[in-house]
Amino acid sequence: MKATKTVLSPANLQSVIPAQAGIHTEHPITRSMDPRMREDDGSEDGGFDEEQVAGWLAQIPDPEIPAISITDLGIVRGVRVADDGACHVTITPTYSGCPAMQVIGDAISDALHGRGVLEVVLHTQLAPAWTTDWMTDAGKQKLRNYGIAPPAEQVIDISRLGPASAISRKAPKLGIACPNCGSTHTEVTSQFGSTPCKALYKCLDCREPFDYFKCH
Amino acid sequence: MDAKVNYLLRLGDNALILSQQLSRLCGKGPALEEDMALSNVALDLLGQTRLWYEYAAELEGAGRDEDRLAYHRDAHDFKNCLLLEQPNGNYADTMMRQFYFDTWHYFLIAGLTHSSDERIAAIAEKSLKEVTYHLRRSGDLVVRMGDGTDISHAKTQAAADALWMYSGEVFGYDAVDQAMVEAGIAPPADQLRTQWLAHVAEIFAEATLVMPPQDAWMQSGGKQGRHTEHLGFILAEMQFLQRAYPNAQW
Repeated sequence: MKATKTVLSPANLQSVIPAQAGIHTEHPITRSMDPRMREDDGSEDGGFDEEQVAGWLAQIPDPEIPAISITDLGIVRGVRVADDGACHVTITPTYSGCPAMQVIGDAISDALHGRGVLEVVLHTQLAPAWTTDWMTDAGKQKLRNYGIAPPAEQVIDISRLGPASAISRKAPKLGIACPNCGSTHTEVTSQFGSTPCKALYKCLDCREPFDYFKCH
Repeated sequence: MDAKVNYLLRLGDNALILSQQLSRLCGKGPALEEDMALSNVALDLLGQTRLWYEYAAELEGAGRDEDRLAYHRDAHDFKNCLLLEQPNGNYADTMMRQFYFDTWHYFLIAGLTHSSDERIAAIAEKSLKEVTYHLRRSGDLVVRMGDGTDISHAKTQAAADALWMYSGEVFGYDAVDQAMVEAGIAPPADQLRTQWLAHVAEIFAEATLVMPPQDAWMQSGGKQGRHTEHLGFILAEMQFLQRAYPNAQW
């Protein structure tokens, strides 16, 4: 068995936060595989490490934007394989009310159970709060190809600006590039879009409306 | 009841009651974009409610969970401010209620990010980005409606005047709020009120609206469970299923 250590998917290792660091709000949820589903004969001892688990998680699509994976999105914050073979996965919500978190939790335990992990423990972490900085470059490219403008390169941290500028009525001017024609001659139609994490924009050149993944 | 649990329930109840009110407008927004915005804001507030309730339930340790808190308390147990239970009315009423609340909520949440309680600070950090979007939108709409047509201006001014007496309750700190200030958990009332007045004055000036007098008499009582008649109707609808079929799931 491996000593407990933390790794994340190879793609976004730069912003690894140790599993269980930060502020957790929910009690961990343990999901054990139904014993009847076990295929091994009891002789295996869970031959997997954090790298492998992270690789498996990288194949799980986001339920609302299936073009990108949950690790591309940056919501998997840590993976730890405990001495007893239980796999601890820490996830963080994009938005407080994100209705996809339950589905994502289910998808993670299903995927890991399917690879023979008997016990999956899900941790939800609130702080540090999720930011679009954690989205991988590959993830941004996949979003663009899917027709959603990715978060602007330069993150405007609206929460850290002075009150006057943070709450000025106008959304920050970002020059969002249209995922259809590439023009930055675009304007916001609505701050709120089809999911909590997106805003609605339109391109003033090709006239195509498009979703913009809000930056924060 | 422990002061911190009480305070957390106030935060959660404010968010839940407003979320429920906005949810009633889903599919009835005046424009598609507005409909989506109303539902998005309702969803954000519902998510925040869960985070506050979850922490309150944990501290209370009485075996109540978030669903129990939402569905099995009576009107006099709810601690939301009276502003949030006021009817949706016309769209100027809906947006003015939202603007008064969003302005206070934004400065409160910003203050709570520095809370001495790290769990509260974490929930505030998570919520701050959301409430910033909320305030941006409601301020924008108040300006568009106030500085719009004669009719939209008149309705927006009427909404501003009618709801004004409910806008001050959030700054009337009682022993519970005061205990939170002393423990470094919550920001002081005078700080929030100064910020609130400055922002409302700025937006009203742009919206060509007249700001009601600052020394006007303010309604209060919601935090202590003394509500207007509207809350009972809201709860009747929100709680019906769990009251009629306890523990029902789907």
